[in-house]
Amino acid sequence: MKKTLFKGTALPLLLLAPQLAVTCVFFLWPAGAAIWQSVLQEDPWGTRSEFVGLRNFAEVLVEPEWRGAALNTLVFSTSVAVLAMGTALFLAVQADKSIRGANLYKTLLIWPYAVAPAVAAVLWLFLFHPSIGLIGRALNQAGLDWDYKLNGGQAMTLVIIAAAWKQVSYNFIFFLAGLQSIPKSVLEAAAIDGARPVRRFWTIIFPLLSPTSFFLLVVNLVYAFFDTFGVIHALTGGGPGKATETLIYKVYVEGVQNVNLGSSAAQSVILMVIVIALTAVQFRFIERKVHY
Amino acid sequence: MATLDVAGVTKSFGTTQVLHGVDLTVADGEMIVIVGASGCGKSTLLRIVAGLETATTGRISIAGRDVTGLEPADRDIAMVFQNYALYPHMTVGQNMAYGLRIRGLPKPEIAQRVTEAATLLGIESLLDRRPRQLSGGQRQRVAMGRAIVREPKLFLFDEPLSNLDAKLRVQMRAEIRRLQRRLGVTSLFVTHDQTEAMTLGDRLVVMHAGHAAQVATPMEVWARPADTYVAGFIGSPAMNFLAGTLADAGQAVALAAGPVLRFADGPRPGPEGLPLTIGIRPEHIEAGASGLTLPLDLVEPLGSETVLHGRLPNGEALTVKLAGPAPAGPAIQVTLPAAALHVFDAASGKRLDR
Ligand SMILES: Nc1ncnc2c1ncn2[C@@H]1O[C@H](COP(=O)(O)OP(=O)(O)OP(=O)(O)O)[C@@H](O)[C@H]1O
Ligand SMILES: [Mg+2]
Repeated sequence: MKKTLFKGTALPLLLLAPQLAVTCVFFLWPAGAAIWQSVLQEDPWGTRSEFVGLRNFAEVLVEPEWRGAALNTLVFSTSVAVLAMGTALFLAVQADKSIRGANLYKTLLIWPYAVAPAVAAVLWLFLFHPSIGLIGRALNQAGLDWDYKLNGGQAMTLVIIAAAWKQVSYNFIFFLAGLQSIPKSVLEAAAIDGARPVRRFWTIIFPLLSPTSFFLLVVNLVYAFFDTFGVIHALTGGGPGKATETLIYKVYVEGVQNVNLGSSAAQSVILMVIVIALTAVQFRFIERKVHY
Repeated sequence: MATLDVAGVTKSFGTTQVLHGVDLTVADGEMIVIVGASGCGKSTLLRIVAGLETATTGRISIAGRDVTGLEPADRDIAMVFQNYALYPHMTVGQNMAYGLRIRGLPKPEIAQRVTEAATLLGIESLLDRRPRQLSGGQRQRVAMGRAIVREPKLFLFDEPLSNLDAKLRVQMRAEIRRLQRRLGVTSLFVTHDQTEAMTLGDRLVVMHAGHAAQVATPMEVWARPADTYVAGFIGSPAMNFLAGTLADAGQAVALAAGPVLRFADGPRPGPEGLPLTIGIRPEHIEAGASGLTLPLDLVEPLGSETVLHGRLPNGEALTVKLAGPAPAGPAIQVTLPAAALHVFDAASGKRLDR
């Protein structure tokens, strides 16, 4: 890599300033405020607050609703990651086969990524609404009792699909790049060694994609944990009941609807710790270059 | 061990035709070297034999079985690639065992075969390493090993030595030859290096623009090239070509440069005045006290011999290779021995024999 040397520290600091400012204003400051908030107990009008140490955390961790949301998050994020990555890998393999079509494919598959979460959710809403949605009505006519506003399982399925759909394009780009970086001659050698396409996929392509897959797994989990508020909010609002209330959604419910700022802050600090842990794991493994 | 038959193979990529009907018969245990300039279709031909490309027309048979429509997996062949194409996520041992595992051989037999091949190639100590921990020469050996353990009917090599340094290349060349002799596996070896071709092949296929210009033993290709392309391609420095016409009722050639030379081996057919191209290798030209005057414009001393470049009075270039040091003076006198002449039809470029 090329290194540029600067004389003194003024110029480098100046060049870094915008990035540092953004990080401070939109990340460090709110994060600090959340941590500070999480050790306080405040009345709903914000008139009085007292220091309570880790009590907010202790209360959150034993709360059944929080545990329910944690379980939802586990189901939700695992499903989103598996669905989004599986679909993306399948599409990438198809695109890789016919490089001729790859450009069209790529353009089509990148679109979802550019759609705002709420807009995407409205799209899915119009598809799956039980009475006006295209697919929702078809499901009902087919005899399936489809109403995600009443059925928690159906609601979860819907938000999983909607959230995964948005992530497919991102995964696709990485998988396609990963596939194209595998030398063609390696696959040809495997073919000559007697491996049929399916076997080639599982013994050569899949292992060689493992660094990409691992990277994407972490990215997808982080996405499902933190970046899906908009989708859930617009589609189900965490309902029916609390069937689609994930941890990030619960932070919102607790802080904005119930105005329980101390608890909400404690929950967001917990999420922050999770994302830091995930990122740390990722860096550890990426440095070790997973598998080869 | 098997024979290979390539019959009338053509190949087009879209509208560009790359192979124009190649025929080739390889005997059991024979090593054939396909040699030619870059882009002449050598790799394409090899890949068609491997089943990695499909021929537009023509047939491929291995051991008498028509394999034209078969997948590479069903052809029972092994191939060594220019970039070795080792599986980066497997150890050397796993690389070599991969094909055997797919064939479902029992574990002990796989282990035994891998060990045998590794010993043969001197890479036993590397079996637990991954390809990226190997040098180029070691990777080359592993790629060879992966081909050997399979005990295939046919070995295919696509310029396997071109990524090695000069010294290692010479060493591996000899090693491949010994190994191929010892195992007796029918082999096709692609290269653009004529030394490699001359030393490795039982027979050569000299390819030119999608045709097999000549299929013959290395000595025959050198001594009796089938056309001007082959004549100019094999041999270093390249053969000289001089214009002339058939004279003296087919008994001689009248060179544009002046002299009339009688053919040493009898008359050539054709009308009087037929345009000819006369080829003569630089090492066959004799320098002396008489003959054609050749003003020199470049002298290349190579130690034991000297290469002289000059232009005949009629403007034709001539290269001469002499044993010993360079002669003094700006010009030399050369004679063209009749026995060393190669006679080609100027229009078609084909060799004209008695
Ligand atoms: N997949 C392809 N699509 C289109 N043209 C191709 C393809 N593969 C090869 N060609 C063309 O076919 C011709 C022969 O290619 P080939 O690879 O057989 O050459 P080669 O003799 O092996 O050359 P080299 O010594 O450089 O490897 C070239 O002009 C090349 O551009
Ligand atoms: Mg080639």
